[in-house]
Amino acid sequence: MHLTQGTFSFLPPLTDEQIRKQVAYCISKGWAVNIEFTDDPHPRNTYWEMWGLPMFDLEDPAAVMYELAECRKVHKGRAYIRISAFDSTPGWESLRLSFITDRPEEEPGFDLVRQEAQGRTIRYTIRPYATDKPMGERYGR
Amino acid sequence: MADPAATKPVTVDLEAAFRASGVGEVLDELDRQLVGLAPVKRRIREIAALLLVDKLRRELGLTSQPPTLHMSFTGNPGTGKTTVAQRMADILHRLGYIRTNRLVSVTRDDLVGQYIGHTAPKTKEMLKKAMGGVLFIDEAYYLYRPENERDYGQEAIEILLQVMESKRDDLVVILAGYADRMDRFFQANPGMRSRIAHHIDFPDYTKEELLAIAELMLAEQNYRFSPEGRAAFERYLEARMRQPHFANARSVRNALDRARLRQAVRLFESRGKGLTVDDLQTIGPEEILASRVLAAGPEERAA
Repeated sequence: MHLTQGTFSFLPPLTDEQIRKQVAYCISKGWAVNIEFTDDPHPRNTYWEMWGLPMFDLEDPAAVMYELAECRKVHKGRAYIRISAFDSTPGWESLRLSFITDRPEEEPGFDLVRQEAQGRTIRYTIRPYATDKPMGERYGR
Repeated sequence: MADPAATKPVTVDLEAAFRASGVGEVLDELDRQLVGLAPVKRRIREIAALLLVDKLRRELGLTSQPPTLHMSFTGNPGTGKTTVAQRMADILHRLGYIRTNRLVSVTRDDLVGQYIGHTAPKTKEMLKKAMGGVLFIDEAYYLYRPENERDYGQEAIEILLQVMESKRDDLVVILAGYADRMDRFFQANPGMRSRIAHHIDFPDYTKEELLAIAELMLAEQNYRFSPEGRAAFERYLEARMRQPHFANARSVRNALDRARLRQAVRLFESRGKGLTVDDLQTIGPEEILASRVLAAGPEERAA
């Protein structure tokens, strides 16, 4: 199941050239760019691991592409990697753009969990199949 | 059948490419605005020519490897290394070897951390900020401190070397420093030397060149020497050049700043008399002769 979170997630995966152009756009807006990764695809998992520090004051997307390549060396195929851009003009860092750049080869998808509550009420929730396994073993290898 | 595309590239218009790049203007500007430095200007012309030809060759598919552009500028203080580095960024940008016309100037403090694990992120951050432009490392020999084996400078050098090699089309590194210390630095880091394509040596200025620089600096701020003032400054230069810690153009700038101060004091003290625009612009001999450099007698200077 193709995970659809963030911008461009209904499109085919972005090529490096397309990623570079998106990052160039972020930099032209003066946004800080950050690389994050996770192996828990739950949509409410908002706290992804940071790959290094957010990159402020960049002038060229080459720096982000360099860090992305470094991150892929470690996590490609074993985690989702996304790029987010933060705008600080309101006085705090607020998210402006976030898109997934890399995903595991197999995405097992989600289980729909039903819970019976009082008075025959049914509560629904979803649970990623990936999180059946402990961290680090979720996507093969 | 002869392929027309194969015969076409024989007539490559180098002149048109040169004009289109706009490098000529930068080189002319370099000639006009920088006094002296003949060997430096010649080397820069050579590099510009090489890069232009290389660019054409690449467009025709004759070469695919981007050339190594890392440089080292060696010379005494105040010989214009930073200024020329700025122009170099301009040239590289016009030829399309860097994407942004930007020079990020750093020293040891910006690259080397204070504790274990601090250096790598710090160096990488600076490198990332400079990517797409030129990273100018002033007094680069400070990165390497052989007297302290726990110094983190070596770590910064290793990261620098790695990025200089792997990100050649994203970053141009220019190292600058005094000639003798840079020699020792390169001896201790042979990897660095082999990754640098162009070593440019900046000669000291002659007295005439320094005088021309002084007049240029004054003209920029709408000042000028009176004829006696000019003669006095020539004498000042002679004396100053013999003293230790002479920093070429930087010393000239400092001397002129002090002369302007003295001129202001002189004008202020004679404020009863009417002042003309000319008075406000002219640096006379009294400003120069009041200098400590000239006040010291020859016997005192020898001591």
